[in-house]
Formats: sequence, C-alpha cells, structure tokens
Amino acid sequence: MNRIATTACAAVLAVGLTTGLAACGSSDDGGDKQVLRVLAASSLTDVFGSLEKTFEAQHPDVDVQVSYGSSTDLAGQAVDGAPGDVLATAAAASMQIAVKGKVAVDGRDEFATNVLVIATKAGNPEHIRSLADLDGKTWVRCASTAPCGKVADAVLKAQHVTAQPKSEEVDVRSTLDKLTSGEADAALVYATDAKSAGSDVTAVSIPGAKKAQAEYFISPLTQSKEGSLARRWIQLVTGPQGREVLTKAGFGTK
Amino acid sequence: MSRTLGRAPLALLVPAVVAVAVVVLPLAGLVAQLRPSALGRALGSEMVRQALELSLLTSVASTLICALLGLPLAWVLARLEFPGRRLVRALVAVPMFLPPVVGGIALREAFGRSGVFGAPLLDHTGFAFPYTTWGVVLAHVFVCLPFVAIGMEGGLRAAGQEYDAAAATLGASRWHTFRRITVPLAVPGIAAGLLLGWARSLGEFGATITFNGNYPGTTQTMPTLIYVARESDENAVIALSLIMLVISIGILVALRDRWLVAP
Repeated sequence: MNRIATTACAAVLAVGLTTGLAACGSSDDGGDKQVLRVLAASSLTDVFGSLEKTFEAQHPDVDVQVSYGSSTDLAGQAVDGAPGDVLATAAAASMQIAVKGKVAVDGRDEFATNVLVIATKAGNPEHIRSLADLDGKTWVRCASTAPCGKVADAVLKAQHVTAQPKSEEVDVRSTLDKLTSGEADAALVYATDAKSAGSDVTAVSIPGAKKAQAEYFISPLTQSKEGSLARRWIQLVTGPQGREVLTKAGFGTK
Repeated sequence: MSRTLGRAPLALLVPAVVAVAVVVLPLAGLVAQLRPSALGRALGSEMVRQALELSLLTSVASTLICALLGLPLAWVLARLEFPGRRLVRALVAVPMFLPPVVGGIALREAFGRSGVFGAPLLDHTGFAFPYTTWGVVLAHVFVCLPFVAIGMEGGLRAAGQEYDAAAATLGASRWHTFRRITVPLAVPGIAAGLLLGWARSLGEFGATITFNGNYPGTTQTMPTLIYVARESDENAVIALSLIMLVISIGILVALRDRWLVAP
C-alpha cells in the first residue's frame, strides 16, 4: 500500500512539474508573439494596465509586459542594460539619469502631470482644509529621496509649513497605505493615488500645488529590439486614447 | 583522522566551495565598491549618527526585554511538562518563519492606532505604538523573542536536569535552583541566544518600517536609512552597508561558533 502511494505521488509530482515548467517556458518566450517591455513609474500602474489591454487588442501578435517600480530604480536598471523597450518616469530627474547613461532616445517627451493633494479619511472627519490644519494631526508623506517626496518638499516649502509628519514613506503607495489602513489622519499623495482609493479617501486640494507638480516623461530605449512597437506604444500613450485614460485617472495632460 | 579515511570526494568539495562563493562573493563585491571618502562622509552625517544610535538603542533595549521574558519562557519550555508544550513552542517560533513584513502587518492590526488592542489603548491613554521608538522596540521584541527563547531553551536542555535534581534533594527551592544552578550552567547557551536575538534586532527592517514608519531620530534605524537612501546616494549606501556588515561580523566573532555547534 505504501509503495503504491509513493509511486502515485511521484507520478503526480512529475506530471505537475513538467506541466508547470512547460507553461512557464511558453509564457516566457510567448511562442510566436512579439514582446514589448515597458518600464514604468508605479503611479502609472492603473493607466498603463488599461492601455496594455487596448494595445494588445490592437496588436494581437504582441504581448506587452510592464514592470512598475520607482522611477529612479528603473532608470538605473535601464542604464545598466536591463532589457526594455520604453521607459516612463514620474520625474525629469529620473529620465535625465537615462539620458546621461545614453539609453534614452528622447528625454523631453512630457506626457502627463500629477499634483500633490492632502488625502484624508472618507468624509474628512478631522476637517483638514489646508496644509496649516496638519499641525497636531498624525500625517505622513513620501521621503525626500522619492520623486513624490521632492514634490512634497517643494509644496511644503512654498506654503511655509512647519508641522512635522509622523513618518516619511519610501514611495507614494506606502504613504497612501498608512492612511487607508487607519494609521494616519492624512497623507500627502498624488491626486491620482487618492482617486484610485475611491470612496475610502477624500482628497483636499492644495492651493499652488500646480507650481510644483510631478512631470511624467516617456522615451524609447536604445537597447530596444522592437523600435517600431515602442514608438507605437508611445503614440498610444500620448495620443487621444492615452490622454483620455490619463485624465480619467486624475493626471493632467497637455 | 582524514588521512586514514581517504581523500575528500570532489562531489562534496565542489558544491561546498560553490556554497562559500555564493555567500562570500556578494560581500566581497560590497567591499570592492566602497569609496573610503564616502565612509568618512557617512560617519560624519547627522542622519547616519542618529540612525546608528537608534539602531543600537533599540536593539539593546529589545534584547534586554527578550532576556527578561525569554529566559523564563525558555525555562518553562525546558523544565516543565504540561499538555500543549509543543504547541506553545511552535507558536513562539512563528515570528522566526514569518516574513518580516507580514509580522509588521500583524503588529499593526493588533497594536496600530486603529488596531484591535491599539485603538482602545489610544483612546484611554493617548499613546499608540506606531511612529514611536517604543513601537520599534515592540517590533524588535516580536521578531527576536523566538530566537532568544528557543536558543536559550537549547542551552538549558543541554545543561541537563541532573544538577537540578541534586539541588532539589538537598532542599533547594526551584527558584533558588534556577538562580544558582540552572542559569550558571547554561550561560553559553543563554549568551548565544541573546547574541542571536541582538543580531536579528539590528538587521530588522520589514516589520519596523511597516509598523512604525520612518522618521529620523525616532523610528529611522540603520536598515531603514539604507533602504530610503538607496535611491539618492549610491556611495553613501555602500558605506552604510559596510558599517552594518562590520557590526554583523563583530557579532559572529563574539559568538565564536557557539551557535553553530551545540554547547
């Protein structure tokens, strides 16, 4: 009985492993499909996710694979030679890393902007109407090393805010998470992140925030082997369809 | 001895060398990429000094608390027979296997500002653990206690119960036996458990940043500073990483093989 059970288990395991590995293999090289690799700032997750579906419907023989992350990290990886066809960053400085590293073909294609807002709990129970109201509250922001932190630095300085946050998170989604998990009364995040949290969050606009907004840049990469696909992706993002999705998510477009 | 047993088989030597390379090469790479001027600048920066002080303060505090809580727990697990002892030991060991970030989320759900126990605590006392140095200590105690308790339990078991029994027949109370017999005999194992816990606390990152956030001077420990800084100053990050590496090696040297080989 024991030997039968052992043999049966071994057989199931062998079949399972080979099927799994085969599936891995086929999704990796995509069979006959061309692969378009996009490196994108994490704040573009929802927008690029939606445009990915649109692009794949328009080009049935193309598989779009997007890697999201911090703009600075992604630009650095591209300079190191990581495979990629398009780079989309949330800050001019990150795109400049790629330009200086001679991997960005065009470092001046700006396609969207994002403003900082004060995100509060649904219904704004603490009645936070401006940055001045943050004094004495438990509020969080991005660390200055992240693009959204640099934007926050500029906005807080312009408004002469002296109140100190309780925490400086490594990226904008972690900052938002502190609010949505109930650990903070307010969070300084992008308008698009506040919008993505839907009815869980109430966004309070900051006067003058438009003077220090995040600027998004997109460029084909020199290591790309799919040059025309890369250009078509950029055309989709910067064209009317892309602008519609971006505006709906809360981005500013030209 | 090995001469009489024959040559070491290549099939064992080669993988062993590869194993050493897998561990040593990244560390060597870190040392090789260091710019000494960055090290000097890092040690002179106030943020780095704050982070170093906070790391040392919280790790020492949490190790002390782990000692005060862990040694009694180790004694209970090693010396008392009771139903469910194995379950208790397994539960206490859980933070060892839990991904640190999951530990942070668990701490938040329990002791966060809107946590099951944290919300009433905040309402009644105005105090909450997140964003405070005490919160950092709590997170460190959570992750280190299993190492300390189970490490010490190993030491207590290895020391054996015979002397305890001898002391009992001579009329000593269990508390007296604990203080004068059990603990002095198990000092190597107890010290090893404490050093392991201290090392784990120094390296703790995932639970701390999830539960306590990041603020210089209050909750920004060395690992957090390194993570936050890696996007901005590469040379500084390598220097900071090397400082942590030196501290880790220091702890291993202090342990001197004791945690690898049963006492």
